[in-house]
Amino acid sequence: MSTVPVRLNVNGVKHTLEVEPRLLLVHALRDKLALTGTHVGCDTSNCGACTVHLNGEAVKSCTMLAVQADGEEVTTIEGLGTEDDLHPVQEAFWNNHGLQCGYCTPGMIMAGAALLAENPDPSETEVRHALEGNLCRCTGYHNIVKSILDAAGRSSSEVSA
Amino acid sequence: MSVAEQPSGNVGKVMRRKEDPPLITGKGRYVDDITLPGMLWASFVRSPEAHATITSIDTSAAAAREGITAVFTGADMTDVPAPLPMAWAPPGVQVNNPEHWALAKDAVKHVGDPVAVVIGEDRYAVQDAVEDVFVDYEPLPVVVDPEQAIAGEPFVHDSLGTNRVHEWSLAGGDVEAGFAEADVVVERRVVNHRIAGAPIECRGVIAEYRPGQLTLYSATQVPHFVRLFMALLLGIGEDRVRVIAPDVGGGFGQKLQVYGEELVACWASRRLGVPVKWTETRSENMSVAHQGRDQISRVRMGAKRDGTITAFHVKILADFGAYNMILTPLIPSLGAFVMGGCYKIPNVQTDIVGVFTNKCPTDAIRGAGRPEATQMIEVTLDQVAHELDMDPVEIRRRNFIPAEDFPAATATGVVYDSGNYDGTLDKLLEHVDVPAFRAEQEKLRSEGVYRGLGFCTWTEICGLAPSRVTGPAGVGVQAGLWESAMIRVHNTGAVTVYTGTSPHGQGLDTAFAQIVADKLGVDPAVVEVVHGDTAIGPEGRNTYGSRSLATGGEAVCKATDKVVEKVKQIVAAELEAAPEDIEVAGGKFSVKGSPDKGMALADVAGVAYIGAVPEGMEPGLEETNFYDPENFVFPFGAHACIVDVDAETGKVKVLRYVAVDDCGNPVNPLLIDGQIHGGVVHGIGQALYERVHYDADGQLVTGTFVDYALATAAELPNFETDRTITPSPVNSMGVKGVGEAGTIAASAAVTNAVIDALRPLGVDYINMPLTPMRVWEAINEGSAAS
Ligand code: FES
Ligand code: FES
Repeated sequence: MSTVPVRLNVNGVKHTLEVEPRLLLVHALRDKLALTGTHVGCDTSNCGACTVHLNGEAVKSCTMLAVQADGEEVTTIEGLGTEDDLHPVQEAFWNNHGLQCGYCTPGMIMAGAALLAENPDPSETEVRHALEGNLCRCTGYHNIVKSILDAAGRSSSEVSA
Repeated sequence: MSVAEQPSGNVGKVMRRKEDPPLITGKGRYVDDITLPGMLWASFVRSPEAHATITSIDTSAAAAREGITAVFTGADMTDVPAPLPMAWAPPGVQVNNPEHWALAKDAVKHVGDPVAVVIGEDRYAVQDAVEDVFVDYEPLPVVVDPEQAIAGEPFVHDSLGTNRVHEWSLAGGDVEAGFAEADVVVERRVVNHRIAGAPIECRGVIAEYRPGQLTLYSATQVPHFVRLFMALLLGIGEDRVRVIAPDVGGGFGQKLQVYGEELVACWASRRLGVPVKWTETRSENMSVAHQGRDQISRVRMGAKRDGTITAFHVKILADFGAYNMILTPLIPSLGAFVMGGCYKIPNVQTDIVGVFTNKCPTDAIRGAGRPEATQMIEVTLDQVAHELDMDPVEIRRRNFIPAEDFPAATATGVVYDSGNYDGTLDKLLEHVDVPAFRAEQEKLRSEGVYRGLGFCTWTEICGLAPSRVTGPAGVGVQAGLWESAMIRVHNTGAVTVYTGTSPHGQGLDTAFAQIVADKLGVDPAVVEVVHGDTAIGPEGRNTYGSRSLATGGEAVCKATDKVVEKVKQIVAAELEAAPEDIEVAGGKFSVKGSPDKGMALADVAGVAYIGAVPEGMEPGLEETNFYDPENFVFPFGAHACIVDVDAETGKVKVLRYVAVDDCGNPVNPLLIDGQIHGGVVHGIGQALYERVHYDADGQLVTGTFVDYALATAAELPNFETDRTITPSPVNSMGVKGVGEAGTIAASAAVTNAVIDALRPLGVDYINMPLTPMRVWEAINEGSAAS
C-alpha cells in the first residue's frame, strides 16, 4: 500500500514518518516510534487506554489517523514525566494506589493531567465525569479519582477512604 | 498473631507499590509492546455462524496478497494429534467432552470459532487478508437457551446425542426432611446471567520457535499450565518450552486458560521458522475469550417461623457454551462447596447439570461459582425474611455459624477455617444506621423517591489448594494446587524472591517483599520479586482463586524461614553463640540481649558465598519451598448497598456501598482495599449494567464495549471499606484471599437493595441485570417474581 509522509513532534522530538494513510495515530506511536506506553484496549473508542495529548488536549489516539496529526505536537505518557521527575498526576497515582494491572493507567493519567490543566481544582463529580471515556477493570475507579484529586492538591481526606 | 502486635515490621503496613514506577511512566512491558526480529503477525478467520458445517475453505486469494506469508486451516495442523485440554476428571462422574480443536476441523459451534489463521508482515495486512479467506458454511440448527438445550435437539455436538455435559451433586443432611420441618418454604428461579471477564488488555501472544526451543510470551495468568500443554500438544519436551507472562493487563479468570490461539501461534512459528505475534482485538475478546456465570437455578429455602433455616436446595442448570475449556464443568461446583454461606444449615443440597449451547464457552470469571452461590443464598434469604416479616439483619444473625464453632464443619463436610460473622456485621452496622435509614426511606417514599438498602453477609472458599482435595483423587482437577517459592540472597545481601504465582495487577511484588523483608531484617526496597517466567524459579501453579497470598505467600514464608535458619547458624558460628539465641532486630542478626553485636544480611551472605560456612554446611544462601496447605481459606464479610431507583425510568443509582471484609491478617491494607474496590465494581457491574447477550440465532449482540456496558467512574460512588481481623489457622501468617471477595458479595447486596426499594411498587423479586428496562418492566408488571 502506498505511503505518505507525516511529520510529528512527539514528546519534543521531531519525526518524519512514511505511513499508510490509514495508519492510526496509536499504531504510529507504538509500532513506528516504539512508544508502547500508549495502549489499545478496544476497537470502538470506548476505553481511553490510548489517550494522549494533542497540542495539550486529551485525545484518543485510536480515533485519529497519524496523518491527521501531521505537524502537531503529541505528548504521550513517556513524555509526561520520568522516574526521577514524575508529573504530579503520576506521583499521585503511585501514592494512592491508583493502578493495579497498569494497563488503563497511561490513559487515565493523561486524561487526569489534561483535566487538571484545564480545571486545576475539580470537584469529585467533575473528575468522575472527566473520566467517563476511560475504562478500568481493576480499581473500581475509587483510587483513580482519589489520585487525581490528590494531584490537584485536594487533601485525600476530602475523599472517603 | 494480630497486626497490632507487629508494630515494627513491614507486614501490616500501608506501603505504596514496588510495581508502579514503570507502569506510571509508560515503561510497562505487555505482550503487544514486545517486538522480536523477523516477527510476523497472525490474524484469525472466525465463524460468523453460530452452528454450521464447513463445506469448503478457499485460502488462495488471501495467500496471494502482498505481505502474506501463509494461511493455515485445521487441516494443516495434522501434527497436533490431540484437541485442546479439559483438565477436570472428577472420580465417578461422566463428563461429555467433545473434541475442541484450535482451528475448527469440520464444523463451527459458536460465533467466533476460529477456522483459519493468516500470517503476514504487518498488523493491518493480515486483517485485510482475513477478509479474502472464503469459507462456505452449511448452517445447522442453533440452540442458545440452556433450558431448551437440555430438553433435546438440536444438539451442539451431534455425536454426543445430547446437550448434557454432566451431572454433579453435593449434599449434606436431608433436604426433604428439612423442608418438612419448615414453616415457610420459598422458591425462586434465580438467573445469573452471562458476563465477560473484560480485562482492559485483551489477550495476546508471541511465539518464537528456534530449533529445539520454544518461547511463548502470553498475556496469561497461568504460564506453567500453558507450558505443560504446549509441550504435550506440540510434542516438545517441557524442558524446551519457556512461557513468559510479562506485564499482564488484568485477568479476572479470563486468562486462566490454555487457548487455541496460543497453540496456533506456537505451531505456526515452528512451521515457518520465525516468531509469530497475535494481538486480540476487543471484538474477538468479547466473542471468543471465555465468559462466566450463565446459570439458571431453582432455589428452595425452608425456615421456621423464628427464622431458623431448615433446608436449602439448589438445582443449577449451567450453560457451558459450545465446548469445555480447561475447567468449565468444575466452576459451578466451586459454589456448591459454600452453598450454605455463613449460616448453620443442617440440610443443604446442590444439584448441577451442565449443558452445551451454541455460545462462547464459559469458565472461571472472578469469583467462579461463588458469586452465583452467594446470589442464591443471600437474595433468597431476604425473600424468606420478607415472608416471615423479619428484618434482614435479624434473620442473618439468627442463622450465623457462631464464632465459637470454628473450625466449623458445614452440612456437606466442608470445614470453614475461621470466622466471626457477627463481628463483621456489627462493624457494618457502625457505618450504616439502619433505623435512621428506615425512617428516611419511609419519608422519601411519600415523596416518590424509592430508596433501598440491601445486605450481603457472605463467605467463600479460596486459596485454591490443597492438592489432596482439589487434585485427581479429590475434586478431580488434574494438577496438584500447591505453590512454590525460592529465595536467593545475593552476595551483596540483595534478595530475589522467585514465586510460582503469576500476578497481573494484585501487587504481590510489594506484599511478598514486605513479608521477606521482615524475616530477613532488610528494607523491602532490596527485595525483588520475580514471576511469570517458567524458565526462572521453581515450577509453579500460578494465580487464580484468590490463592496467591495464602498459598504462594506462605511458600515465600517457608522458604525464607529456611534461609533464616541457615543465616542463624552462620551468625552463631561467627559470633560464637548458639543458633537458637540469634534473632533479627534492627536490620541485623544478633545474639539476644546484645543487639549491638550482630551481622547484617549482607555480611552473612558474604560469609555464605565465600564459603566460610560451618563444617558440613553447603555454601550459598538460597532456599526453595513447595507448600501444600491442609485446607482452603474462607474469607468473609458483611456488605451493604444503598440505591435509589427512578420509578419513571427504572434507572438504579448506587448511593453508598459499604464493605466490611475479613481476610485474616492484612499484609498491605492498601492492596486489600484496592482488591475490594475493583471486585465490588465487578459485582455491581453484573447486577446493573453488564450482560453478554446472544440473539435467538446465536449472534452476539454485545460484541464491543459499545454494547457491553462496563461501569465508568461517572456511575459509581466512592466506596466505604473497613475490616475485622480473624486470622486463618491454616497458614503461619493467618492470611486469607481477597481477590474475588468484592465480586462474590456485591451483586447480591445490590439486588437486595433494589428489591427493597421496589417493594412499595409491588415488586417482590427481580433477576439481574437490573437494567432500566428490566426494572421499568418489573415496576409496570407490579412484580417480576418468577
Ligand atoms: S483504544 Fe482508544 S478508546 Fe480504546
Ligand atoms: S489498573 Fe487494570 S485496567 Fe485499570
